Amino acid sequence: MNVIQRHILTVGFVLAAFAIGATSIVALTEANTRDKIIENERQTLLLAINALVDSSEYNNDILTDIITLPSTQLLATKENTTVYRARKDNIPVAVVFTSIAPNGYSGKIAMLVGVYDSGNLAGVRVIKHKETPGLGDKIDNKKTDWILKFKGLSLVSPSESKWTVKKDGGEFDQFTGATITPRAVITAVKKSLQFFEQNSEELFKEAT
Amino acid sequence: MNQIYGPIIRDGLWKNNPALVQLLGLCPLLAVSNTSINGLGLGLATTLTLVFSNGLISLLRKQIPDEARLPVFVMIIASIVTAIELSMNAWFHELYLILGIFIPLIVTNCAIIGRAEAFAARNPVGPSLVDGLMMGIGFTVVLVLLGAMRELIGQGTILTEAHLMFGESARHLTIILFEEYRGFLIVLLPPGAFIGLGLIVALKNVIDIRQKAKEAKLELTVVSPANA
Repeated sequence: MNVIQRHILTVGFVLAAFAIGATSIVALTEANTRDKIIENERQTLLLAINALVDSSEYNNDILTDIITLPSTQLLATKENTTVYRARKDNIPVAVVFTSIAPNGYSGKIAMLVGVYDSGNLAGVRVIKHKETPGLGDKIDNKKTDWILKFKGLSLVSPSESKWTVKKDGGEFDQFTGATITPRAVITAVKKSLQFFEQNSEELFKEAT
Repeated sequence: MNQIYGPIIRDGLWKNNPALVQLLGLCPLLAVSNTSINGLGLGLATTLTLVFSNGLISLLRKQIPDEARLPVFVMIIASIVTAIELSMNAWFHELYLILGIFIPLIVTNCAIIGRAEAFAARNPVGPSLVDGLMMGIGFTVVLVLLGAMRELIGQGTILTEAHLMFGESARHLTIILFEEYRGFLIVLLPPGAFIGLGLIVALKNVIDIRQKAKEAKLELTVVSPANA
């Protein structure tokens, strides 16, 4: 083996050593933080759900009392939808859908839609979106309180045909320069309500 | 002491500012400088990573073979960024929810590998740490300035959403300069970031040229009586 070959080999080994070192650091950190991160995400989700259905209104473990709906035409989703179910002493109180509006201005809008057993909305929150800052992002509760207006509404009030933006003859405010975003959110909320109306028995069934 | 650190500080903050002179890290810079608070968030996350990566690379600089230094830098930086992201998610979850979205953007910031190559690989740990900190601060200042500019012209406010960074008590920090402002969308979108950054770079150049002219004049007045 000549000098050059030996040198290349040495460099290769040092590089491999650094690769092992760097990967070990990441693996060690991951192992030490995994449980804590899962717990944090659980807490954050619980907080988001409790903003819709207060923790005093139910007494089951809402994060494990879930059913997963396959993608359905009605919700117009391609992914599975997780539904969290709130019960008090085994009596159904409310469900929280993780709904996705597929037709936002810049892609999907992920939402939590809470529906009481009566069919009234417990509330709606946008949890993830990529809408235009300053225009479409007004659906985000951090920016404006537009989304809070859904609380208490149902398919009867306003009537089914009024479930759209004012521009289309509906009940809901659009934003200046942004109609597509609120339209997508309103449609997704309406679809969740309709789905609940048709499947409320099924939704509260004990997990099998 | 000052002779070593003075130039490093001046380089990072002004003379060799990563955003204004080296023009590195444009991808995250342009993406999240739509408000001053977003700018501050990305700036802080970048500064933290720069200090860590500069320190570690400087510490290992004698062990890193010259031929393979770039892949080694990339591995070190990528693992630091991932480790910081995971640790923040675990132990500073509140902060993570605010800064978390910025951290993956840092991997695309070539200012970090740029400093590893240009400074940390050739200098002892102390100066490398200071270099990382100063470059980070220089980057942050430009980000906040650009964010404030775009926010002001784009939506007529400054420091909106300060509560996301500093907690509820900071809500009143938001200054609404124009009530019922109609907005200026292009400034909020990526083209606005290019235009804004261009204006800031131009401003820096004007200041530099004025400064140089002043110095030249001063020299002239000092020299001329002796000549006469």
